[in-house]
Amino acid sequence: MITIIQQLVIGLTNGMVFALIALGYTMVYGILELINFAHGDLFMLASFLALTLVGVMDLQSAGPASIAGALVLIVALCAVFAATLNWTVDRVVYRPLRNAPKLAPLVSAIGVSFVFMNLGLFWGGLPMDVFGGGAAAAAPKAFPDLVSNENLLGIDAALRITLKDVVAFASSFAVMAALYLFVRHSRLGKAMRATAQNPTAARLMGIDVDRVVGATFAIGGALAGFAAVVYGLYFNTIHYQIGYQNGLYAFTAAVLGGIGNILGAVLGGLVIGVVRAFSDQYVGAQWQPAVLFGVLILILVFRPSGILGANVREKV
Amino acid sequence: MRRGFGLGIAALAVLLLYPIFPVLDIGVEAAVGVPPRLDRQLVSIFIFAILALALNLQVGYAGLLQLGIAAFFAIGAFTTGVLTVEKYPFQIGFWGAILAAPLCAGLAGLALGAPTIRLRGDYLAIVTLGFGEVVRVVLLNLENITDGPRGLNPIPAPWLPAWLPGADAVDVTGRRQFLTMYYVALGLLALLVVVFHTLERSRLGRSLVALREDELVSACMGLSPSRTKLVAFAGGAAIAGLAGALYATNLTTTAEPNTYDFNTSIMVLCCLIIGGLGSLRGALLGALVLVGFDNVVSPLVTRLIQRGSDGSGGVLLTFSNWRWIIFGTALVLMMRFRPEGLWPSSRLKRELHQHE
Repeated sequence: MITIIQQLVIGLTNGMVFALIALGYTMVYGILELINFAHGDLFMLASFLALTLVGVMDLQSAGPASIAGALVLIVALCAVFAATLNWTVDRVVYRPLRNAPKLAPLVSAIGVSFVFMNLGLFWGGLPMDVFGGGAAAAAPKAFPDLVSNENLLGIDAALRITLKDVVAFASSFAVMAALYLFVRHSRLGKAMRATAQNPTAARLMGIDVDRVVGATFAIGGALAGFAAVVYGLYFNTIHYQIGYQNGLYAFTAAVLGGIGNILGAVLGGLVIGVVRAFSDQYVGAQWQPAVLFGVLILILVFRPSGILGANVREKV
Repeated sequence: MRRGFGLGIAALAVLLLYPIFPVLDIGVEAAVGVPPRLDRQLVSIFIFAILALALNLQVGYAGLLQLGIAAFFAIGAFTTGVLTVEKYPFQIGFWGAILAAPLCAGLAGLALGAPTIRLRGDYLAIVTLGFGEVVRVVLLNLENITDGPRGLNPIPAPWLPAWLPGADAVDVTGRRQFLTMYYVALGLLALLVVVFHTLERSRLGRSLVALREDELVSACMGLSPSRTKLVAFAGGAAIAGLAGALYATNLTTTAEPNTYDFNTSIMVLCCLIIGGLGSLRGALLGALVLVGFDNVVSPLVTRLIQRGSDGSGGVLLTFSNWRWIIFGTALVLMMRFRPEGLWPSSRLKRELHQHE
């Protein structure tokens, strides 16, 4: 029983990270019907930036107070970096293809994803201590354990909940709540929902659709930047290929929740996190991709609209 | 089409004679000091071209965005492995395997395609991608059957019928074995080119193109969309399986399952996009460019870059480390400026530029 609760805790915390990435997929898809393949690799680049900043600020040897301050700064910088990069890619690569056949932006996104992954490989070769001196660029990089890993329930407690879990879960939750309120109540959020529903009608009502799409990419990027820092702190290892796998898991989460649906992405992320934790525990970690992608295939075949998605007919 | 026919015959003649008169090898050896063994690279190019033709049937003709072609490539390779290695009692040999591998891969394609072919385009892309990962992970983890990361080996070379001259002589240098592989791969590729050339003008080929262009209208004209697409999907999977059988035989091992990952699938897609989606000659050109880049140009450039340095290398100095940036940028630029590819079929070119 305690194992099940433990896996649930791990799964929900993991799931928050997937949910943060999934939000970036779902928001872009909701408006453009584009699977932004590069989103996972954007997340990966942000995690490399986070590790670089940790190295630059020499946080491994800092006290807890200065770590807390520095983490806020790192989160802000990573979010701004990922938001700017995502916005720029949309502006330069996807926007000229708005009226092209659907295949064109999708293939471009795969191309961007490959470029990002390659940049991550080079980034890992930087001659810094945090990157192991840059000798093995492709090797996984250790992300220092900046948040306490001690069990909050006492050292001997059977159930393990650490400060790390609490920080990861609570901060992600706060960011998502803020996003939800923003999309629900702000002017730009309203414009986003209108554009997602019907871009042509939105344009006719005077909404600057290009600006809304740009803002969507920026917000999705910022969420990925935030997720990257949480991921580094929580999993303590980053690698230039984490973007591909976590991006796909997050995409699975987005589809599971009903793509284009913000609450659905969060719900899907949590479900995927829990499924992943249980499959690692009871099936074996080496089967993890097979289990998760198996889930993805089954959802797409039997319920392509996801849990919360409405059954929308494809536009002819 | 007369000019294309002449060009095809000329290319075939050059390729038939090349292993006997390897002119380029001699030239390059004089320039850099190491023979690139282009005839061996040509076998890889033939195999990759067959894989590209398989994907072209699915993506180019039928318009099914498939991101997991490597799965069927792997199924072909591992079917060959299981049916030919000494570890198992089957040992049906090369000629049996190149019949069995496409059959298994085609059945897998049928099994995956039947429930998913109706999905909208981008969802199908994700399902095939997921399938690719599932197959790779399963092959990696079923160590009892696939030998996991070691892969199944040794896979025997193709045997020749006894009536061929020299078929029973002892093959000390491996030269005859290599030549057999070369001509088998070339022969199958040429056969497929003829088949696809015919297909483009057949009833099935035309219905595929019609479906790709406008499914609703074609359905109204009496075509059955899902059945036609399923034929293309399973056919493509079977041909990818054939490529897998050749690949494993050429390497004499199935190699580790991670060889057949998402990057491989994307590289094949890259071939098509560079050459021209839905274009037969484009797919061949794409395979030539891609494999040529990876196996010939990239090592040569690395050698040239590192000639001046102290040899320690550094991640930036190894040219193959740039390949994702190069191919990623190529995909982006092609989509933006030349979506029809470098050597498109005339029909697609007209379509994409009809507004100009």
